[in-house]
Parts: sequence; structure tokens; C-alpha cells
Amino acid sequence: MRQSFVPVLTVLTFLVVLWYAAAVWLNAPWAHDRATRSGEVLTTQTLIADTWSQDKPKLPAPHQVATEIWQTTVEKNITSKRSLVYHAWVTLSATLLGFVLGTGLGVLLAIGIVYNRVMDMSVMPWVIASQTIPILAIAPMIIVVLNAVGVSGLLPKAMISMYLSFFPVVVGMVKGLRSPDAMQLDQMRTWHASAAQSFWKLRLPASMPYLFTSLKIGMAASLVGAIVGELPTGAVAGLGARLLAGSYYGQTIQIWSALLVAAALAAALVGIIGIVQRVTLKRMGMS
Amino acid sequence: MAWLVFAVAAWIAGYSFNVWLSRRPPSRWASLAAPIVFGITLIAVWEGVVRGFEINQVLLPAPTVIAARFVTSTEILWVDFVQTVFKGALSGYIIGCGAAFLIAIAVDRFPFLQRGLLPVGNFVAALPVIGMAPILVMWFGFDWQSKAAVVVVMVFFPMLVNTVQGLQASDSMQRDLMRTYGAGYWRTLAKLRLPAAMPFIFNGLKIGTTLALIGAIVAEFFGSPVRGMGFRISTSIGQLALDLVWAEIVVAAIAGSAFYGLMAMVERTVTFWHPSQRK
Repeated sequence: MRQSFVPVLTVLTFLVVLWYAAAVWLNAPWAHDRATRSGEVLTTQTLIADTWSQDKPKLPAPHQVATEIWQTTVEKNITSKRSLVYHAWVTLSATLLGFVLGTGLGVLLAIGIVYNRVMDMSVMPWVIASQTIPILAIAPMIIVVLNAVGVSGLLPKAMISMYLSFFPVVVGMVKGLRSPDAMQLDQMRTWHASAAQSFWKLRLPASMPYLFTSLKIGMAASLVGAIVGELPTGAVAGLGARLLAGSYYGQTIQIWSALLVAAALAAALVGIIGIVQRVTLKRMGMS
Repeated sequence: MAWLVFAVAAWIAGYSFNVWLSRRPPSRWASLAAPIVFGITLIAVWEGVVRGFEINQVLLPAPTVIAARFVTSTEILWVDFVQTVFKGALSGYIIGCGAAFLIAIAVDRFPFLQRGLLPVGNFVAALPVIGMAPILVMWFGFDWQSKAAVVVVMVFFPMLVNTVQGLQASDSMQRDLMRTYGAGYWRTLAKLRLPAAMPFIFNGLKIGTTLALIGAIVAEFFGSPVRGMGFRISTSIGQLALDLVWAEIVVAAIAGSAFYGLMAMVERTVTFWHPSQRK
């Protein structure tokens, strides 16, 4: 971890430098255009200064995005509709609900698949096939249909998150619940353990490392689902709505700030699961 | 009422057939038939429930209605398919995976870059990259170029991370053996490290297949010419022509499964030596 700190920092610095350079390159045509119209002559310095401070740049410079994020998170009232914290919370609640539902469904399906041969044979191939379908494409339809039935608000978005996050959990849990080898299962039998006991005391604990790995993937997928689920609701609230509104009105700074907040959210959520994983596995004596 | 009875009967028939299949000694035939029977049962139940409860066709069309719509509008579906899958998804997939592959080989030569890029790449691969779609549509215009760009961004990082990991898969003993044979960097790469990396590379390629389709379709929600699967889905919802939406979804599902299946087949022939491919 400490070993890779300097390389990671180097790569990140390089990315920021690249970002600034790209901002100059992409925004220069507009700056030149404006300068010729007003009859000014741009020196290199004024050109760079202009490209880094336009109102609707093609690519906003990092510090512009940073100020926008600062203004819309810290300086705005949290309940305000222009606060990014408010939008992030809307997305986060849908993400978490979908994640919990998806994890529950995934674990139940995995238990069914491990304990029931019929389910193993008939459901498992469909679980895999369900992910080759570009599910996000159906997202707008699910939202519209559920709205028509009278279900609106959090649940439709959470359904999409659920659909995306249940798959990694099923696959990981099936692998995990099957990870005890024949010797361990035989040991449980010699102790005359019932099916429930061998589930709670052997299979479930053995599946924990697999579960946490899948939870991380599921959480990231769940956030993507919630964001895409917000696109067709007509840009009301949430990070996805900010993206859509930004793209309608050409507010690139707004798009980038929503994007970065979404990235930070994903990093935080996955990070939290990572911490829980480390603590749990340590207490179970598995790491 | 008759339709509800049909649904229940279909469920019982399908379930008992699969129970019978699972009790028989396992065979290739049975493991192929069980999921197919399950799928047909689901469609039959869907048809029965929709007709039995007289659910509004606007909300949830019956499978037969969708099939009828599919047959009558093959022309539209084909135009959309070419626009989204061939022009958008496929070109982006090839560019993205190719670029990631080449960069991974370049990165592999410098351990410093590797240690720096791998955590960043892993992080970016977990981000909601799809959010880049509106920005890229703004940069590259409404036509397929912007969709291809979204697909490039989406498939790039999973492919990069997998390839870099794969290139480390050969162990030092094998690399030492290559050195004793007097093989240089390029020969070691071609004869040992790339073949050893193939299972990882195909993992990246397979993840990329669904990401490519998702990217191309979702990017069309942010603006597109008057054709394309994403465009058709979002406009048909506005017209409440849900049967056409479902027909597009069927096309997307078939395209996604075929694309994935193709990659899995190529993987099987290329990495026949890997334990997961042995029978």
C-alpha cells in the first residue's frame, strides 16, 4: 500500500496536468472566436487565462469544477434544490435501497441454487443470461411503467439498482456457499449436524470473503443503476437528473461536478464495505 | 379465467418436467434442456397472466403481441440495430479494447507505471463511467462517433486492468526457462506471457461485450440521429408504444447474448489448455 503511494500520486498529477492541457486545447477555438469578434489580440497568457475561466467551456478546468462543487455543497443550504448534497442524497437513498433489495434477493437465490438441484439446473443459466441483456436500456421503461401503476419516487429507481446488484451477489454467494470442501462437509456429518447447522456454522461463514467481494461490485453497479434510473424521470432530482439538465443547457461545469460527486460517492461506498470486510474477516479469523 | 388456469398449468408442467430432468443422471442434453424449459415456462406464464388479469397492453404487452410487432417492424429494428450495434458499439469496442491492450503492454514494461496505474484503473473501473455520456455526446456530435467514444471509455479500464494482471500471470520459473532458452523480451511476450494472459484478457473482453451495448444505447438517450435502439426506446415510451420497446429489448438481448457467446466460443478455442475449459 505504502509502496504504491508515490506511483499513484505521480499518475494522478499527470492526469491533472493532462486535464489542464486538454482544457486549453479544447476551449481555445471558442476563445479565438470571441477575440476576433471583439478585435482583441490574444497572447499566450491571456489565451490560457481565458480557456480556464469560460462560462460554458467544452472542458472545464479542474479548479472551476472544484469551486462549483464547493459552492453547491458547502455554501448552499442542504435542503435547497441547487445543493449537490441534496441531489447526492436522493441518488444515495435509491442506491442503498436497491443494494439492500438486490443483496437480499441474491443471497436467497444463491441459497436456493445451492440447496435445490432443480433451481440450479434451470435458474442459474438464466441468471447469467440476464446480464448479457443491456438492462440499463430498459430502465426508462421500468420507470414509466411503474409510474403508470402508481409506484413512483424511490422504488422504481431502486428496482433498477436491485437488478444490477443482485447478479454479482448470486454468482459470488453460490461460489462461496460451495467453497467448503468434501472433507469439511463430511466432518459436519460425523458430528451429526443438521442441514440448518451445517448451513449456519460451515457454509455461511465460509462464504463471507466471496460475499464481500461481490458486495463491492454490487454497490458500484447499484449506483450506476440509480443514476441511469434518474435520467427518464424528467430531470427532477438526483445526480442523474443533474447530468441530464446539464446536458440540456450546456452547463458543462455542472455535469462535471455531478460526475465527480458520483465518483466520490462510489469510492466512499465501496470503501465502507472494504472496512467492514476487513473488520469482519479479522474477527472471524479469516484474514 | 381460462388464461389463468393456463398459466398455472404451464407452471406446474414446466416445474415437474424440470424436477424429472434433475432426477435423471446428469447429461449434456438435460443441462441444456432445463433452462430452455424454464424460459418457455416463464413466457407461457407471462402470456397467461397478462391475458388472464387483462393487464393493459400499454403497460405490459403479452409475448405474442411483442412477437407480432417484431415480425411487422423488422425493417425499423434492422436500421436501429445497424446504427447502434455495428456503428456505435462494435467500433467503440474494437477501438477501446485494442487501445487498452496496447497500453497494457506498454505499461507492463515499467513497474513504476504499473503500480501507479493499476489502483487508479481499478478505481475508475468501479466508477459510474456512463455519466461521461452527455459530455462525450457534446464533444463528438449526435451521430455514432459519440456513441463509439462512450463505449471506448466504458470498455477501456476493465480491459486495461485485466490485461495488466494477465501479463503478470506467468510465474518467474517459466520466465527463467525462457531466459535459459535465450529468448528476448518480444519472443517471451509472444510465446509465454501473452498466451498465459489470455484467460484474463478474455475475461476483460467478455465484461466489455455487455458494457459496449449498454454504453451505446444509453448514450443515445442524450441525443442521437432519428434512428438507433436507444433513440427508438426513448421515443416509443413517449408514444406509449411499449410493444415496440419490448421488440427492441428482444433485439438487444439477442445481440448481447450472441456477442457474449461469440467471445466465449473464441475463448474456448484460444485457451483450451486452461483448467476452467477442461471437461
